[in-house]
Amino acid sequence: MSGNGRETTTHSHSSGGDRGRDGEHGSPFAPHTPDETAAMLDAIGVEAQEELFDIPEAVAFERSLGIEPRSEREIGREVRGMLGRNDELVEFLGRGHYDAYVPALVDHLADRSEFLSSYTQYQPEVTQGFLQALFEYQSMLVELTGLAVANCSMYDAATALGEAATLARRVRETSGHRVLVPELLHGGRRAVLENYIAGTDAAVETYRHDDGNADLAALESQLDDDAVLVYAENPTVRGTIEEELAEIGALAGEHDALFCLGSDPVALSILAEPASVGADVAVGEASSLGLGASGGMGLGLLATREEYLRQVPGRLVGAGTDAAGRRAYTLTLQTREQHIRRERATSNICTNQAWLALRAAIHAAWLGPEGLCALAERCVTRPRDLAERLNTIEGCAAPVHDRHHFREFLVRTDRPAADVAADLEARGFAIHAVDETLVQVCITEANAAHVDDLAAAFEVVA
Amino acid sequence: MIYDQARWTRGASEKRDGNGDESEGESEEGGEGHGKGSVYEPLLAEKRSREVGVASSLPDDLTRDSLELPALAEPELARHYTRLSQTNYGVETGPFPLGSCTMKYNPAFTEDLAALPDAAIHPERSAASTQGTLELRYRLQEYLARIGGMDSVTLQPPAGAAGEFTGILIARAYHEHRGERRAEVVVPESAHGTNFASAALAGYEVVELPAGEDGRVDLDALDAAVGAETAALMLTNPNTLGLFERDIEAIADVVHDAGGLLYYDGANLNALLGRARPGDMGFDVMHYNVHKTFATPHGGGGPGAGPVGVVDDLAPFLPTPQVRAVEQDRREPDGGADGSGTEGSAGSTRYERFAPAHSIGKVHGYAGNWPVLVKAYAYIARLGDAGLRDASAKAVLNANYLASRIDYEIPYGPFHHEFVASAGDRDAADVARRMLDHGVHPPTTKWPEAVPEALMTEPTEVESRATLDQLAAAFDRVAAEDDAVLDAAPERTSAARIDQTDAARNPRLSWHALDE
Repeated sequence: MSGNGRETTTHSHSSGGDRGRDGEHGSPFAPHTPDETAAMLDAIGVEAQEELFDIPEAVAFERSLGIEPRSEREIGREVRGMLGRNDELVEFLGRGHYDAYVPALVDHLADRSEFLSSYTQYQPEVTQGFLQALFEYQSMLVELTGLAVANCSMYDAATALGEAATLARRVRETSGHRVLVPELLHGGRRAVLENYIAGTDAAVETYRHDDGNADLAALESQLDDDAVLVYAENPTVRGTIEEELAEIGALAGEHDALFCLGSDPVALSILAEPASVGADVAVGEASSLGLGASGGMGLGLLATREEYLRQVPGRLVGAGTDAAGRRAYTLTLQTREQHIRRERATSNICTNQAWLALRAAIHAAWLGPEGLCALAERCVTRPRDLAERLNTIEGCAAPVHDRHHFREFLVRTDRPAADVAADLEARGFAIHAVDETLVQVCITEANAAHVDDLAAAFEVVA
Repeated sequence: MIYDQARWTRGASEKRDGNGDESEGESEEGGEGHGKGSVYEPLLAEKRSREVGVASSLPDDLTRDSLELPALAEPELARHYTRLSQTNYGVETGPFPLGSCTMKYNPAFTEDLAALPDAAIHPERSAASTQGTLELRYRLQEYLARIGGMDSVTLQPPAGAAGEFTGILIARAYHEHRGERRAEVVVPESAHGTNFASAALAGYEVVELPAGEDGRVDLDALDAAVGAETAALMLTNPNTLGLFERDIEAIADVVHDAGGLLYYDGANLNALLGRARPGDMGFDVMHYNVHKTFATPHGGGGPGAGPVGVVDDLAPFLPTPQVRAVEQDRREPDGGADGSGTEGSAGSTRYERFAPAHSIGKVHGYAGNWPVLVKAYAYIARLGDAGLRDASAKAVLNANYLASRIDYEIPYGPFHHEFVASAGDRDAADVARRMLDHGVHPPTTKWPEAVPEALMTEPTEVESRATLDQLAAAFDRVAAEDDAVLDAAPERTSAARIDQTDAARNPRLSWHALDE
């Protein structure tokens, strides 16, 4: 019996060719016919829907919100028109958010409504599919990081870093309140980290960089037993590859500070595993797989050593056994989480980014180990080639740092960086102006076809 | 009515005829540690995986030696994930009456709009080149402000709990700006666990507020709990029992008289759309769960979005950046946070980002879950005033109708969009598991604790009378069944009852751990 199917007379049809129910009369997504509504009211024993509300008159809202209902077609036209006012620029932007090429299979599978419209897997017997996909995602991160425990997502790299800092405060045996981060750190990540430790007596301090890599001497001089976490990134926000990660890890270890390494799954497929350089926690932006440019939406990666398992924030999927003796999956160790432990939980996170973890896993599986390594290697060679090319242009020097790079690199410009970026924007390209004389260029699968045009534009504006 | 989840199960026949079809696709690694027929669907890595040596132009000491990952062809992957999807229950599978979760149908057209190429932009583009994105954000801020009766809204928090954390950080910044340090946040005992955890993350002591006998806030208990140390009271209304806090104005007075702020948890906003607004009730700060109230998909756990609305006094503390509209002939000398966006086309409104004067900073690396926000905008536009009012009417109608059809005790009322039934002397989790066998998703269980063996039920407005009758039949059939049946449930689902205690005692969290 379908409400909509029987509806013939009560509602007018909107001009957009939409279904009979439109917002003028009610929610287009409530199936009730007037007859059914009446019968339901009758069954409850009231005359009108309004009688079911127990809202004191003093706080009842009886005016209009002033939101005009529109048809599906009208909203499509409106949103297309609105977003169409975004300039069509070829983006050479990165610094933590990347425009990956995402194979069509990812969209088509992840968009299956059994995945997309499902809830957190609190009833595992009817959510085995998503649980298995998340278990597979966790497994891929275990492989990529070398760390035994990966959760099934944080919001983004910035919040994952914040969670790593609170994790460090919980697991470190002695008290300590200094969180050391590189001076070259994305402003958003730094700002989020500050807020995640705002409820503690911890404080964020920076250590210097030397030509795009951590300045080990400076770091060593800053380290003492009051340091609770040392954070490094590989690649850094400027795209440089850190060359002395194991030394950073060793320095942190000497002072009983946790070593947290930020990266992403593409970079991790060829760069040193976090575990092999002594990382206790790996964080980062796993949306470098499965998600293109999306206005900053992310997928926070968090992995750590087995010994910290019970202090991990967020959801974990584990393998278990069902009554038929078969392997089955379930959310596990939930006593860490807010719905059970409340103010003593390891984190306040509830809703996470699970669907993006599914997308990342499908993308990784689609690439396979060879494909992923090949993609990562192109992230090494493409910026190298482009930097070499831009370096030949009068008014440009690239790369600024004498390091290996991943995806992106800095260019020093003779003209003010903001002017160079603005002039490139006028020619259809978006790049970062990092400071007065530095611009940053990021090259991925999504923009690689436009490299010649970008170089030609640099020739004109630099 | 009989329900069976669509399935073909590798080796499933083995249990019945002892002749499982196992071999094909079981990989190099597959057999170890778990015998034939022991899995429903092999893992990707069990189907085929490959270890490759990493060959890079980078120096060896900067690279890993090898990488082992699944190595399947595209058609194999398509079948793998399609099969997994078939063992997953979603809103389009059937009713999903999870209390305080508002599992609505996710309108298909909103997905298409969020996927538009023009929406796929980098968050650090200039304001001038992303006027469309900023306009949509601005309009959504305005819509949400109107719906909540708030003055300003941030779209940055990526989930409800992140919204709570943002709101409490704002409260803290507000008090500190006035030279006050307050130590406590008051939370009703029946609140969502995130309220406690978010307050704690922001550095507050949590003071638990016991409920009155009628299931609502007890004003005497509130008087006792609130004082000079109170930074905020966090409340949801209707509360988790579905009851409207009738004394909300008096509650607001108690909190405000003590110098505290009143925080609204938007989890239950679906009951009130267009009928009552937190801002009009005296709330100072609130979050919205767009993946609940505004029908964006839950995606198996996320991404959602948790925008936060505030009254004018708190607007200077909102996260950065905010978006505002500037009339074209006006040149704003102050506050252009990103230094861009001063040009624009003549005769139109220009949108710009700015940093609020005393901003708490950031709660997300960029600007939140942007594609989710596009979907929420489209949903609100589709419903408009009348649709929003009708959504709450039908949500409340459905809850009351369903409650009237089931043979369970419902101790508290009058409830709105959700009710909490008691499973009585039975374990609510067992009842829920057995409901799976009757083809429906069960309610939220064992919370709130005010109702013994709670079944917290929120059918939402998207269910028809026929579906509600089906749900009621599932409730009642389970009530009539023997304990032994419940103990063994579920049995008609893709997997049989899972031993969660054992899974937690012996955690195996990756395929690497399966052979241990």
